[in-house]
Amino acid sequence: METLLEPLQYAFFQKGLFVASLSGALLGFIGVFIVLRGMSYIGHGLSHSIFGGFAAAQLFASSFYILGAGIWGIASALAITAVTKRSRLGADAAIGVITTASFALGVALFAKFGTSGPSFENALFGSILGISSEQIIGLIAVTILTAAFVFLRYRALLFSTFDPDVAAVSGVNVSRIEAMLMIVLSLSILATLTVIGVTLVAAMLVIPAVIARMLTDSFSRMLTYSTIIGTFCGLVGMYLSYYAGVPSGTMIVLVGAALFLLVLSITGARGLRRSAGLDSHTDASALAPLSR
Amino acid sequence: MTGTGVGPELITLENVVAGYTHHPVLTDVNFHVHEDQFTGIVGPSGAGKTTLLRLLLGTLKPMSGKISASKDLRLAYVPQLETVSWNFPITVEECVLMSRKSANQLPWASKSEKINVGNVLERLSIGELAKRHIRELSGGQQQRMFLARALLRQPQVMLLDEPTSGVDVATRHDVLHLLADLHEEGIAIVLTTHDLNGIAAHLPHLVCVNQRIVAAGTPAEVMNPDVLEQTFGARMEVLEHLGMRIVIDESPTGSPMRNAG
Repeated sequence: METLLEPLQYAFFQKGLFVASLSGALLGFIGVFIVLRGMSYIGHGLSHSIFGGFAAAQLFASSFYILGAGIWGIASALAITAVTKRSRLGADAAIGVITTASFALGVALFAKFGTSGPSFENALFGSILGISSEQIIGLIAVTILTAAFVFLRYRALLFSTFDPDVAAVSGVNVSRIEAMLMIVLSLSILATLTVIGVTLVAAMLVIPAVIARMLTDSFSRMLTYSTIIGTFCGLVGMYLSYYAGVPSGTMIVLVGAALFLLVLSITGARGLRRSAGLDSHTDASALAPLSR
Repeated sequence: MTGTGVGPELITLENVVAGYTHHPVLTDVNFHVHEDQFTGIVGPSGAGKTTLLRLLLGTLKPMSGKISASKDLRLAYVPQLETVSWNFPITVEECVLMSRKSANQLPWASKSEKINVGNVLERLSIGELAKRHIRELSGGQQQRMFLARALLRQPQVMLLDEPTSGVDVATRHDVLHLLADLHEEGIAIVLTTHDLNGIAAHLPHLVCVNQRIVAAGTPAEVMNPDVLEQTFGARMEVLEHLGMRIVIDESPTGSPMRNAG
C-alpha cells in the first residue's frame, strides 16, 4: 500500500494521475462510436493531422497553437468527410492523403523552424509532466462537452451509427451528427495529445472500446465499460510509468494491450464473435451512396 | 388485393432525371405513389431501382424535374438486411426504439414508448424476442424487426428495398403476406425486387425500370416477352398457370430455362 501511496505525495504525480485517468475515460467513451462506425483509421489519421496543425499554428501564433491545431484537426476531419462523399475517392484514400500530408508538413515545419510550444518528442509520444493548467481545464471542458453531446444526441448518434440510411429517412440529420462527432473527436484527440502523444492516441480510442465490446452485447453497457476501462488504463499506466521511468502514453497503451489479451483469453470465442466486424477502416455504409 | 393506385397522390415525380456524380442513372421518370398503392419496382442490377426508391424517400435530389409530396407525409424505409451489421450491440427492442417519433433524444425511452414497441413486436409475432440480441434472429425475424421499426412511425407509405433478398422460400411467403396485411390496413407499399416469379408476379402493380420507366401496370399487362426484354435485355418466355404469370429464361440454344428468380 505504501508503494501505491508514495508517488501521491508529489503534486506533479497527482496532477498526472488525474489527467491520465480523465484522458483514458474520454477516449474510451468517444472511442465506442469510432469503433462501432468502423472509423478507427480516422482516429489514427486525425491524430497525425493535428500534429501538423501544432507545428503550423506555432509558426503563426505561438500563444494560440492549441486553437490553431484544433481548427486544423476539425478542418481535416470535415475535409475527409466531404472528399469521401463528393468524389469517387474512398474514405481510406482520403484519410491517407489528407492526414499523412498534414503530418509530413508538421515534421517539415518542426525541422525547419523548431518550436516554441511542446517539443517534437512530447507531441509524438506525450509528456504528462509538461501539461499546463490551461491544458487541464481544456481537457475537463472537452470531456464535459463530449458527455453532453452524447447524452443530448444519444438516439441520433446510435441510430446513425447502426443504420444511417434509415436514420436519415426517420428525421435524423445524419450529416450534421457526423460533422458534430468529427468535431468532438478532433477536440478529444487534441485535448489528450500532450498526455498520450500523436502516435498512441489512436490506440486508446480503439483498445478500451474493443475490450468493452468483447465483454457485452449491450450498447449502453459498452459505453460504460469502455469508459471504465479507459480510466483504468490511464490510472495503472500512470503508476507504471512512474516506476518504470518511461513515457506515460506508452505505459497507458501497454496496459490497454495487456488487458485486451487478458479479456481475450477469458472470453475466448465468444469475445471474438462479439468483436467481429469492428476491423473495417471506414464506415462504408455511412460514407458511400446506396447501391443503384 | 387492390393497389394499382387510384387514391389521393402522396408522392409525385415529374420528368425526373437522377443519378450520381453527374451521371444520370434514371431519365424522364414520371411516377406517382397513391394512398392505396402496392407496387413492385422490377429491373436488373444497375437499372436504377434503388435510385428510384431514394428519390421517393427524398434522400437523393433530382438533377432535373420535380418531386412533390403531400404535407406532413409519414414515410418509413425498410432497407436490405445486409446493409447493417447484425453484430451491432443492441437488442431487438433497442433497434425498434431507434425510430420512435418523439423528440426524445435521451438514452432512455419513456414507458409509453416501450409499450408502443411491445405492441408492434406482438403484432408482428416477435414479442418474445424483444430482449434478444439482433444477431440471434433468423432472416425472417430480422425482416420482421425492420418492419416493426418502420411501423413504429405509423407510416402512410412504406418503401422497401429488396425485402426478400437472401431469405428462404417460407420467409419470402411470410413477408409477402405481412406486406399484403399492412396494405389492407391502409399503408401504401412500394418495394424493389428482381424476383419476378417469387414476388413480382404476386403484386397488384408493377413498374419495370431500366434507366427509365419501361412499362407500368398489372402483372398481366407488363409481364410479357417484349416488356421483359426491354427491361432485362434478354429474351424470356411467359407462361400462365392458375392465373399467375411465370417467367422462363430462354437459353442460348433456344430451349427454355426456368427463371431463377
